[in-house]
Amino acid sequence: MWLWFHKLSTARHFYALATRVTPWLGWLAGITILIGLYLGLVVAPIDYQQKDAYRIMFVHVPSAWMSMMIYTMMAVSGAIGLIWRIKLAHVACTAAATIGASFTLITLVSGSIWGKPMWGAWWAWDARLTSELILLFLYLGFMALQSAIPDRNKAQKAGAILLLAGVVNIPIIHYSVLWWHTLHQNPSVTKFGAPSIHTSMLIPLLVMSIGFTLLFLTLLAVRMRAMILETEYKAKWLQQLKEPA
Amino acid sequence: MTGAFGALLKRDLTLVARTPGDYTTPVIFFIVCTTLFSFVAGTDSAILKAIGPGVIWVAALLSSMLSLEGFFRNDYEDGTLEQILTAPAPLPLLVLAKTLAHWISAGLPLLLISPILGILMNLDSFSTVVLIVTIAISTPTFSLIGAFGASLVIAQKKAGMLLSLLTLPLCVPILIFSVSAVLAAAEQAPVSGHLLLLSAFFIFALTLAPFATASALRVMLDN
Repeated sequence: MWLWFHKLSTARHFYALATRVTPWLGWLAGITILIGLYLGLVVAPIDYQQKDAYRIMFVHVPSAWMSMMIYTMMAVSGAIGLIWRIKLAHVACTAAATIGASFTLITLVSGSIWGKPMWGAWWAWDARLTSELILLFLYLGFMALQSAIPDRNKAQKAGAILLLAGVVNIPIIHYSVLWWHTLHQNPSVTKFGAPSIHTSMLIPLLVMSIGFTLLFLTLLAVRMRAMILETEYKAKWLQQLKEPA
Repeated sequence: MTGAFGALLKRDLTLVARTPGDYTTPVIFFIVCTTLFSFVAGTDSAILKAIGPGVIWVAALLSSMLSLEGFFRNDYEDGTLEQILTAPAPLPLLVLAKTLAHWISAGLPLLLISPILGILMNLDSFSTVVLIVTIAISTPTFSLIGAFGASLVIAQKKAGMLLSLLTLPLCVPILIFSVSAVLAAAEQAPVSGHLLLLSAFFIFALTLAPFATASALRVMLDN
């Protein structure tokens, strides 16, 4: 088990695995998202208060989950890279940043499209909106820092340290709902006891978030492969990989 | 151990004392920035009272950040920083000494000038006192967070923008609770909760930031 894990952390083996897995992940992500969209847009009943407008939730909520999950994943992987000096973990951080920032942007945009008919405003300076915006700044800061440091090794390590410092912000996002009471509704899925959302709406939501997670993994694998190609283009194993084709 | 701490603190303060621009510019920036807002918002004293604490706080934050750009710069360029890194004393402690020196040169002047800005913004006396207390608690936190940011951008020539992008998001909670403390004071509401949270942020930053800064310095100087 450990040996396998160790092997996987080298660029060569990861590249081989990622090449094999990517198409599967991609198709699985596409199908899951299509099923989720069908369940969410067609099967799920109309909300008695928000009518059809609530259906943007099936994009908005999973993106919001992804935006926070990816940041946490980046911080964990940055820590792994710093502690065990695994290069691949740093590569994963850098590759995930752009995807995470995109999900954050999708969350903000879909949220404000949802907010316009519901609250009558594109934007409200509410706790969760603001924290999501700050999360976007954290992503952008990480990306800016990495692009500002020319030495790749230093850039990766500095980015990992920044991530660990920024991860302090994730609990603040979560508890901000309790800290500042404003017009954003309270979280309905993670509430204690039974979720206050109906099963017919919960299932598409969960399917969509699984689909988004698969999509993230696909994109991550593609981007990590590209980054490995970029850094290891001189490596022997890559040259050998190229020849039979 | 305290010998190294004291020596570094004394050295940094001596350097600051010999370059008056280091401690006067942040203050002047602070005043100019606050003054600009009165041109934007008009001279209506009610409006000034409502936005005053926020304006003063944003100006204080920006002023702290701008002064941080050169935090490690000179030491990095003339090689002092590498000497500090190889010193037998623990690096986080030395970082703390430099941070304290920075706060004395850039944070303390803001604290001293803030009552006057409070008066300019039409704050009542209790709000002004709370404003001074929040600035006293939070500018050290800014210095700690800023030192961390500065250590990450140490090799950059024009680091000001990047430094702000890295550190300002981390300062948001402090800004929120500082301003709401002053606004609460204006309404005669209790402020101890806000002040306790700000103190908690300060202690949190005090315990963790020097270690983060030290490890960032080691990474950036390849040690």
